[in-house]
Parts: sequence; C-alpha cells; structure tokens
Amino acid sequence: MRVGIIISHIRPEEKLLISAFQARGVEPDVISDREINLEITAGPEQTTPSGIPWNQYDLIMERSVSTSRGLYMLAILGSWGVNALNRYETASTCADKFLTTIALTRAGIPQPTARTAFDPDTTLQAIEQLGYPAVLKPVTGSWGRLLARVNDATAAEAVIEHRQVLGDYQHHIYYVQQYVNKPGRDIRAFVVGDRCICAIYRDSAHWITNTARGGKASNCPVTPELNDLCVRAAQAVGGGIVAIDVFEDPERGLSVNEINHTMEFRNSSAPTGVDIAAEVVSYALSTIGVQA
Amino acid sequence: MSAPSCPECGAEILIPANAMAHELLPCPDCGTELEIISLNPVTLDRAPEVEEDWGE
Repeated sequence: MRVGIIISHIRPEEKLLISAFQARGVEPDVISDREINLEITAGPEQTTPSGIPWNQYDLIMERSVSTSRGLYMLAILGSWGVNALNRYETASTCADKFLTTIALTRAGIPQPTARTAFDPDTTLQAIEQLGYPAVLKPVTGSWGRLLARVNDATAAEAVIEHRQVLGDYQHHIYYVQQYVNKPGRDIRAFVVGDRCICAIYRDSAHWITNTARGGKASNCPVTPELNDLCVRAAQAVGGGIVAIDVFEDPERGLSVNEINHTMEFRNSSAPTGVDIAAEVVSYALSTIGVQA
Repeated sequence: MSAPSCPECGAEILIPANAMAHELLPCPDCGTELEIISLNPVTLDRAPEVEEDWGE
C-alpha cells in the first residue's frame, strides 16, 4: 500500500498523522508542495518529487498549510482519479466562507445570518440590515486573521475603506455575519466520516476564540444534538475530515459558524482523551478498504 | 560533527531525536522560526513567512 501526505511544512498535526500511519504499518511518503512541478496537460503517470508516479498511490492526504496549493493539488488529483482526502469539492467549499454558507443554507443547517455585497455603499447597507455589532470576514482566510467586529457605522466605514484601498480584489467581496453574543467560548467539533469523534470548548475573553489566537481548550461533551448538527454540516459541504466551529447562540441554540478542511488538532487530543490522528488515519485507510 | 546553528543569530540549535525534515522549530536564543531543510546532514534555514492563504 502506498500513501502520500502533501505538506507545506511539518506541523505537530502532520507529525501525529505520520506516526499514526506508522502505527498502522504504513510509511507515508511526505510530499512537499514546494517541490511539486506538474505538467497539468499530462496525466498521473508523471512522478512526485519522490520519483513515484502519482497514480501509484492508493491514497493522498492533503495537509498543505497553504490553502490555495492544497486546492489546486486536490483539483488535479481528482481529475486524474487519484484517491485523495479531503475531496476537492469539500475543500473548495470549506475554503470559502461564502460557499460554506450557501451549502449550509441549502442543507437547512442553523447558522448566523450572513450577507454579501460587492460595493462599499451596499456593504454598509448590508451591515446595517444585520444590525450592530456585525462581523466582517474575508471570504478566504483562517486563524482568525482579518476578522473585524464593527460596533457602529463609523467603524464599518473605516474597515470598508481600508479594505478598498489596501486589499486585493478578494477583499472587495464583503462577507458580513451577524455577531453572536457567545458565552465567552465557542465549540470546535471534529467530524471524521459520519461521526463527531470529539469536541472542545475554546474559552477566551476575546471575541475571537481560535486557539491560534489564545483560546483555551477544554473537553466539550458530544451530545446527540451536537453530533447530529455537526455530521449534517459536514455532509452539507461534501463530507470527509472536517472541524466545525459551533456557536452556542443564547437565542437560537447551536449554530454553525465555519468549517475547516485541513483541521489543526494539536491542542485537542489531550483535553478530549481522543487520539484524533489515529481516528483520522483509521478513516483514511477505511476509504481504501483497509480496516482496523 | 558540530551542532547546527541558527542562520539568524548563530546560536547552537539542538535537534530533537524524533525531528523530521520540513519541521519547524524556534531558535531558543533569538526566537526566529527555523525549518529543518534536511536531516542528513542537518541543514536549517529561516522558515517561510506566513502567507495570506495559510491556515486550516
């Protein structure tokens, strides 16, 4: 059996995943996305930087920290019929907050109300329709980067002007989300296949609760309600291995904020007691018919 | 064989026994984030700068 992992660099997660593959008797081939050089008009018989034809892998796990490199690799691997996780359809939906929102809406998944506008004046109208405070987010981005909570029109006008002047075209696509008054925390739930395997609370005094921004992780029990919501949300974006950010809305109950397709979990196995890397690898191997 | 040094400040860098190529580690002296380019021989370089599309 031949397994490859596409990486930008080795984060703690990739190290844990490689160890988990080794524990299953599989030595994965680590493929650096910086060393990839493909003839995209040719087929999968061309070789990876390791010298192995792409079509000789039973499974490729995409773990690039670069979202765009990962997406392009999943696109071409999918076109070649190479088995890759996550699938391009899942990754491309999760990588874009606009696409995630419309996928969740079609599936009837509860989420904060969101609007999109493309022009500064209509963006200000969109924010005012949602009401203050509201949250402006780049449609692509991670780790809580460039999120802006705007409490009034003056702040909104300032953020919009900065994005118009300093941002590239992607920053001129305005995604505005209703601000949810969280109870000092949100939930990060990990879905692998058709199960929510574990979840953490992310506590923070700051309204941005990402652990990358200092949020503290503790175990969150996976209730039937949380499991059902998260599995349905995962299926809505195409399924696979995803991390779902959930708000506890004091008025509307649980709602899905965002979904991540190359999830980080270094801080989550210890508080939950779940070996997330082993679960991910077990699922990945099951997709190619290898059972535990 | 001498220990590898930080390309930023020259400090000696201890490589963990289970280190892997392309793993990142901070220089204990100057804090610069370093990448292990290769293990045999050990080669270090400054880690790539975070780009706008990096994340999970």
